[in-house]
Order: sequence, then structure tokens, then C-alpha cells
Amino acid sequence: MTATGVEEDHSGAGSASGTDDNVATAVEAAVPAASRGERFTGFDVEAFEVPGGREENWRFTPMKRLRGLHDGSAVADGKAVVDVDGPEEITVETVDRADGRLGQAGVPSDRVAAQAFSSFTHATVVTAPGDTKLGKPATVRVTGPGEGRTAYGHVQIRVEPFGEAAVVLDHVGSGTVADNVEFVVGDGAKLTVVSVQDWADDAVHVSEQHLALGRDATLKHTVVTLGGDLVRVSPTARFGDSGGDVEMLGLYFADAGQHQEHRLFVDHARPHCKSNVLYKGALQGDGAHTVWIGDVLIRAAAEATDTFELNRNLVLTEGGRADSVPNLEIETGEIEGAGHASATGRFDDEQLFYLQSRGIAEDQARRLVVRAFFHEILMKIDVPEVRERLEASIEAELEAVNA
Amino acid sequence: MATLEIKDLHASVVTDEGTKEILAGVNLTIRSGETHAIMGPNGSGKSTLSYAIAGHPRYRVTSGEVLLDGENVLEMGVDERARAGLFLAMQYPVEVPGVSMSNFLRSAATAVRGEAPKLRHWVKEVKDEMGKLDIAGEFADRSVNEGFSGGEKKRHEILQLSLLKPKFAILDETDSGLDVDALHVVSKGVNEFRENNDAGIMLITHYSRILKHVEPDYVHVFAEGRIVESGGKELADDLEENGYMKFTGQAEPAKA
Ligand SMILES: Nc1ncnc2c1ncn2[C@@H]1O[C@H](COP(=O)(O)OP(=O)(O)O)[C@@H](O)[C@H]1O
Ligand SMILES: [Mg+2]
Repeated sequence: MTATGVEEDHSGAGSASGTDDNVATAVEAAVPAASRGERFTGFDVEAFEVPGGREENWRFTPMKRLRGLHDGSAVADGKAVVDVDGPEEITVETVDRADGRLGQAGVPSDRVAAQAFSSFTHATVVTAPGDTKLGKPATVRVTGPGEGRTAYGHVQIRVEPFGEAAVVLDHVGSGTVADNVEFVVGDGAKLTVVSVQDWADDAVHVSEQHLALGRDATLKHTVVTLGGDLVRVSPTARFGDSGGDVEMLGLYFADAGQHQEHRLFVDHARPHCKSNVLYKGALQGDGAHTVWIGDVLIRAAAEATDTFELNRNLVLTEGGRADSVPNLEIETGEIEGAGHASATGRFDDEQLFYLQSRGIAEDQARRLVVRAFFHEILMKIDVPEVRERLEASIEAELEAVNA
Repeated sequence: MATLEIKDLHASVVTDEGTKEILAGVNLTIRSGETHAIMGPNGSGKSTLSYAIAGHPRYRVTSGEVLLDGENVLEMGVDERARAGLFLAMQYPVEVPGVSMSNFLRSAATAVRGEAPKLRHWVKEVKDEMGKLDIAGEFADRSVNEGFSGGEKKRHEILQLSLLKPKFAILDETDSGLDVDALHVVSKGVNEFRENNDAGIMLITHYSRILKHVEPDYVHVFAEGRIVESGGKELADDLEENGYMKFTGQAEPAKA
């Protein structure tokens, strides 16, 4: 066990972290040089320094594989096509850069997100009306620009006050994509989002997702990363007023050579808000690398905050590396509860032997363990079509390792 | 009527430092209905024998044979051996976090029986067997062996024995670490399995105390990787009196 935590065990849930000895991993929670709340943000890419790779924000990312998204050399020579399919109550608009709503949910916090914000030509705005519960989920499909091409994109999903909606954000295809995705959840509104990164093998995708919750708003934000060569998704949640409730779920499955990075930031600046983070990842094959960063900041004004974050990783074969860095900063003593936990375990030969010694075949044993591992998250995905598709995708991933 | 034959079995353990020979020619034949106690001091290779038969990847058979009704067990995968009718109750059962006991038991029973047991019968069967072994119902929802006490793990090994009904069961120090009550419960479980199934049992133990509850037909003394003496129950009494001294040259008691 490695003790972690900057400000743990303030009240309630507490903190725990564990790692098997023989797993290449890092579970750490070093005191950062500066508060997460002080990180530079801006819409203009030129205001950011070109990262070299040592910065806190970039230290786990293989910079060479970013194909120049971070240093200005990735010129947009393609388009990421956005198709929206949904119930008739929703409004879909294609707007230009001048639209005053863009940027409302948050400001880019790294150079790639700023590059995307400075480079996109058109944005897609999807609005679910207020005081209405949508009968079925909307699907926003982003198709990559194609192999060897680069695109910058922008999508904004809005739910007007007291509306209820579910949106599947589906990323498919090839190429290099950087984008910002905004979720503007109005007062008293409820939004369920599942962002699926189901890219082709060649794809590079760097995405900042801005989650803005109004008063008493509820947002369930689920990130599922399966495909791609390099995928880096940074969801940031902010509360505009009190009473907000955000659940951030994640499921990732990295194969040989894939880099999957999820950087979360929950900024509690308002009182009486809740956040609950649960990310689970599995790794298999040589060079599979996952990174999970969970920054939670409870500012002085955020009294009665209730937050918990958990990351678990399952290393299925040799040669994978899971980095997991929870970081909880608390600036007020008046909170309901705050805690974090992180653990990386290995599906080892002993477990495999034990299951097999009871007659269970190897591939089934592996499936049993992985299904059980992801079950908790899959059950929380309340869009049945997506859940079934993910179950099938996970089975397919498992087929791959047994092949 | 089934037969498990172990013929001149040599096996090594594979470690980071290299391989080390542990089994130095084991010969033993067990028939259905027979209980053979294997008694030996710590480090004599008893667990290695059980792992080699079950097919643990850390142990390499260098020569010899293991035949189940004439079929070469050593050529089978670990899971195939179990489906062929072998069962190993481990000295140190493995924790499998995340997989519930009920899911695990059902998967195992489905694999060994060749078809999924009918749900209604299955639930009752598991409940009955758990009851007999004094296992609380809540264990069905817990992860396999995770956080179980030593005694709870051993009871669950016997639960699996009673559900999977193998032709041959190897019980590796199932009695170790059990208190008096638990030893009774576990022994009863083994005896019931014996009565209801025409199975052969290899009962590995360090101490003679379980043999007072589970009566063996044959007793074998195991030392330095092989059987050095075979006899009836009286051999266990001799060991209890005099320890392993005359077989190993070391004064190690066989009495707790
Ligand atoms: N996994 C292992 N790694 C290293 N040495 C081992 C391993 N398993 C067994 N041995 C060695 O093999 C010998 C026999 O061990 P074991 O079969 O466990 O004996 P027993 O069950 O009779 O106590 C011992 O010397 C032990 O140290
Ligand atoms: Mg042993």
C-alpha cells in the first residue's frame, strides 16, 4: 500500500490506494507545485507556451505522437463531420465562430484545446428544450477527417432549464482531431452524456470537455475510450451555482501500443454541490498505457461539498502500464465529505490457475474477471443501446487477446 | 471405477533463480473409493505434488506419468484436467477480486458438468451445501476468497468439492489452520463427499489430527520429494508417537 493524498480523510469516506507489487504502475498524489485552480486558461493558442513534455499537464503524454497538435505544426487539412440524430424536440445549429454562446461552458486549459478553439471554423450547437423530457437519446456522431488528415472541431450541447436529455457523443473514423466539447446544463436540468471514443487504430484525439452545471443541475458524464492510437480526454466540471450534482464515469480498455489518457478536474467553487468520479480501465498487450488524473479542488466558498473519486485499473497481461494520480485540494473545513481512492491490480497467473483448476477455460476466466470489473460502470450507463454495444466491444477486445 | 496412477513422477519448481528439482520419483495408485493420506514434513514436496498433478504453470514435470483411467493427464490443460474429474483443494486458495463466489461456482459447475445447471435446482443445491458447511449466505455475493479468513477459505474449497463432485480429489492441508469446530465441519464435508460419491481422495496433511475424523485406507510417508513408506492407519499412529525422525532424520513432530 502506498499512502496517498494531499488533503485526505477530512470527513467520511477517506482515502485508500493500493498497487500490486509486480505491476508497472504509478499511484501517486504528489503535492502539486501550484493549486490546480491556478492553471493558466485562455481561448487564444498564442497565449500558451509550447509544451515540451515535462509540464505537469503533459508529463505522461507521448508528445511525438501528438502529430504537432501541441506546437502549431498540425495544419487543418480535413474536416471532422458532425451528424446529429435525435428526437424532434432538439434543435441542431451549425454556427460560426462569432456565436456568443461558444465558450460559455469553459475556457481551454491546455495548448491543444486552445489550438482547437483558435482553429475551428464552424461549431455544432445541439439544444434540448427546457421543461421537457426527451423521449429518446440524441446521437452526435463525430467522424474523423480520415487517415493522415487533421481537423479541429467544436460541439456544444445545451439543455435549457428544467429540461431532461440524454446524448451519445460517438467518435468514429480515422485521422487527427482536437476539439472542445461543451455541456451547458441549465438550472434544474438533467443531462446524461456518454462520450464514446471508438476510433480506428490510427486516430489521435485530444479533447477538452467542459461541463457547466447551473443551479440544482444534474449531469451524468460517461467517457468510454476503446479505440485510437492516442486519446486524451480532459473533462472539467464547474458549478455555476449551488445544488449541482455531477457524476463522472469512465471506462477504458487499452490494447498493445495504445495511449489513453483521462484528465479530470472538478472545480468546486459553489456550496452544496456533489461530485462523484468513478473511472475503471483495463490494459492488455505490450505498451498499452493508460493515465488517469483526478484533480478535485474544493474552494473556500464551496461549503457542504460532497465529493468522492475512485480510479481502478486492471492489468491483464505483461507489458501494460497504468498511471493513476488522484489529487484532492481542500480549502474549507465545512464539507460533507471528501475522499479518493486509486488501485491498480493485475490479473495474474495464480488467479488464472485457480479459475482454470475449477474447469473454467482460459478465455472464459479472463472474461469472467473483466466483466466483473466493468460491471459496476456498465450498470450505470442508462442508455441501453450504448450499454449493449459496449458489452459487445469489451467482448471483442477480449477476443483480441486470446487470438 | 476409476484409477489415478502416478508413475515415477519427477518435477521441478521454476523460480527466478532457475529450476530446482522437488519431486524425485513419486509412485502412487489411487482407485475410486480409496482414501490415501500423504503425510510429510514441511518442505517435503507435498504441495508440489498436488500442483504438478493439477498443472500449475510454475511446476514443470521432468519425467514420469500421471494417468487418469489410462489417459495422460500431463498433456491436458489445467481446465481440461478439472473437467476430466480432478480437483485440488488448495493449501492457499487464491483471491479473485471482483468475481462473486456465486458467479464463480456457477461457471465452474457449468464447465465441469458440461451444461449450465438448472437455476432453481442450482440455487437450492448451493444453499444446502453452504448450510452444511456453516457458510453464511452472504458469502455468495462476496468476491472469490477475498478477505476470507483461513478457515473460511478452506470451507469454500470443500464447498467446491461437494458441488463439482470430482472422480479424484487432492486435499492439500485442508486441515491446517482450522480450529476444532472448523475441523469438524470440514471433516464432515469430506466424509459426506466420500459417502455420496465413488471418488478417490489424496488427503495431504502435516498432522495426524484430521485422520481421526477422516479415516484413511492407506497412509504414505512423504519425504524429500517421494513416498518413503506406505502402510495402513497404524502408520499415522506411529508418526503421531514418534514424528518424522526415522524417515527424515529430523525431529519434526506430526502432532500439533
Ligand atoms: N514457488 C516456489 N518457489 C520456490 N521454491 C518453492 C516453490 N514451491 C515450492 N518450493 C520449494 O519446494 C520444496 C517443497 O515445497 P512444497 O511442495 O510446498 O512442500 P510441502 O507442501 O510439503 O510443505 C520446498 O523446499 C520449497 O521451498
Ligand atoms: Mg504444502
